[in-house]
Amino acid sequence: MNRIIIALLATLAFATQAQAGIDESINAFTAPIAQFVGTVVFFKISVAGAQLPLVVLWLVIGAVFFTIYMGFINLRGFKHAIELVRGDYADPNNSGEVSHFQALATAVSGTVGIGNIGGVAIAVTIGGAGATFWLIVAGFLGMSTKFVECTLGVKYRTENPDGSVSGGPMYYLRKGFEERGMPGFGKFMGTFYAVGIFIGALGIGNMFQSNQAYVQLNTVAGGALDGYGWLVGLILAGVVFAVIIGGIKSIARVTEKVVPFMAIFYCFFAIIVILLNFSSLPMAVSNIFTGAFTGEGVAGGALGALIIGFQRAVFSNEAGIGSASIAHAAVRTKEPVTEGYVSLLEPFIDTIVICTITALVIGTSQVADPNFAGDATGVAMTSAAFERHMSWFPVPLAFAALLFAFSTMISWSYYGLKGWTYLFGEGQMGQTVYKVIFCAFVALGCIVQLGPILDISDALVFLICVPNILGLYFLAPIVRAEMEAYKAKLETGEIRKFA
Amino acid sequence: MSENVILLAIDGSSGAERALAHTRRRAELGGAKVVVAYVIEWSPYSFNTPEENAERHSRRESEIAKAHDSVIGPALSYLTDGGIVVDSIVRHGNPTETLIAVAKETSAAQIVIGRRGQSGLKSLIFGSVAGNLIQTAPVPVMVVP
Repeated sequence: MNRIIIALLATLAFATQAQAGIDESINAFTAPIAQFVGTVVFFKISVAGAQLPLVVLWLVIGAVFFTIYMGFINLRGFKHAIELVRGDYADPNNSGEVSHFQALATAVSGTVGIGNIGGVAIAVTIGGAGATFWLIVAGFLGMSTKFVECTLGVKYRTENPDGSVSGGPMYYLRKGFEERGMPGFGKFMGTFYAVGIFIGALGIGNMFQSNQAYVQLNTVAGGALDGYGWLVGLILAGVVFAVIIGGIKSIARVTEKVVPFMAIFYCFFAIIVILLNFSSLPMAVSNIFTGAFTGEGVAGGALGALIIGFQRAVFSNEAGIGSASIAHAAVRTKEPVTEGYVSLLEPFIDTIVICTITALVIGTSQVADPNFAGDATGVAMTSAAFERHMSWFPVPLAFAALLFAFSTMISWSYYGLKGWTYLFGEGQMGQTVYKVIFCAFVALGCIVQLGPILDISDALVFLICVPNILGLYFLAPIVRAEMEAYKAKLETGEIRKFA
Repeated sequence: MSENVILLAIDGSSGAERALAHTRRRAELGGAKVVVAYVIEWSPYSFNTPEENAERHSRRESEIAKAHDSVIGPALSYLTDGGIVVDSIVRHGNPTETLIAVAKETSAAQIVIGRRGQSGLKSLIFGSVAGNLIQTAPVPVMVVP
């Protein structure tokens, strides 16, 4: 451990001399790597003038298939999901175990991150107002994908000798294919996913988060932190270090408790801004609908808007990535499907509620003043939209962004760790190595620019969708059978409300 | 109410000790069965880290085991020494709500609980289980000072 600290101090000393030079040189180094990874993963085909990345197509087809195959579970299971979260079906004899509410809250604080504030702004900048429409559609379809993956996550989890549980796509891919008589393929898929989530955890759940938190801090500081990304990065990395390696759980606990309130706070003020822009609301809403089908001013037209909407939705709600099923696997339930139902609510809360609210804040501001944000994009753009009415808002927004980023990083450090332990076993030494790597990337995220970060994050995350969704197709019949059996039990009253 | 059941709520405090002694005297006189309950404070609506969730099951097991060993066990042997028929329940949840649920399940004729004797600010913020029980329990509540 001492060596790490010495290394950090050395970097710090060196960096202080080099000042802004560090940020630049790291940027120059990472940009081509990011571009390469991006090109490989986002292999594009030209459809009617729009560039369609195959991986986005892969996700859309998956989500549509699961929605139909599960009989529109995203609509028909919604009420039951709320009853489950409320605890209507909770057996008092099992009290003290992880509740449905807790599993949902944990998974949601992992997904509600900077994507909900900054990602939407990026979608609107590139894809126009119409991207919002497709973002919502993607959120709706993503509910079905989540249902399938979270049910499987609970069904095929593994109990460790110490009584803790490990679950997620790597486990259901391996065991599920084994059950279907393809043990070799299952092993390969499990490993593929584990490698993917481990690397992906460094992007979407790490660099992108710390980068945008730094950007917002810098905006609030009036650019005073320009060139000091490395410093902010080191501090952030230090706090993450303290939590995941130092075992200072109190920080994580406090964050977990504060984040839901920050989310409510954010939505509350966002709705106020929308109300203050009320005269622009009809126009903003109509822009969303017309833009969705005409794609005016967007590269690739309507299809371009659709692609961007879908891409950002998945980036935000993580449906198809399989990460949430790792979090949900902790719930002990006789009926794995119940976790599927509960997880339906995640894309709903994350994308259909929070992202839409952000999109409307930006949309109504754009109608009122097309150039309200100048050149700003990402979090800075959302911040500018709030600032038009509440000059003080960027400060709490920076705080919220920091907390969102932090809680997402903590959750993802766990997801990545599960991938790592799947590959390398539960050894303490290995886990520490992983955690140090994770912290290093937190710092790196603040140093490099948004463009390359976004490319590399997107690329890495979408890479894991390939094995995950392929597995979901194969295992969907199992989920459907579970769902039918569960529904039958509900009907006969074998499973009934306790309250 | 076929049998005379006393629900004794204990938490390992000195008030609970006094409630235990009182319950034994009562039960000996009236020939009552005593159900000893220990509620581990817990809420299904808290926010946890993924790691806490993953460890929750083993944590719960050890919490229950600890309650049996250090609180329930001694109380039960103290009562059985007096020739009293006993039963015990350890459950997670909101203490007041859980005790009421247990009272209903066991058809208890009354609930006996010790008083912590906390006053002022502390009870204002955290409330008092005995106080809440008096307000909401469906059966008579005896608070032992």
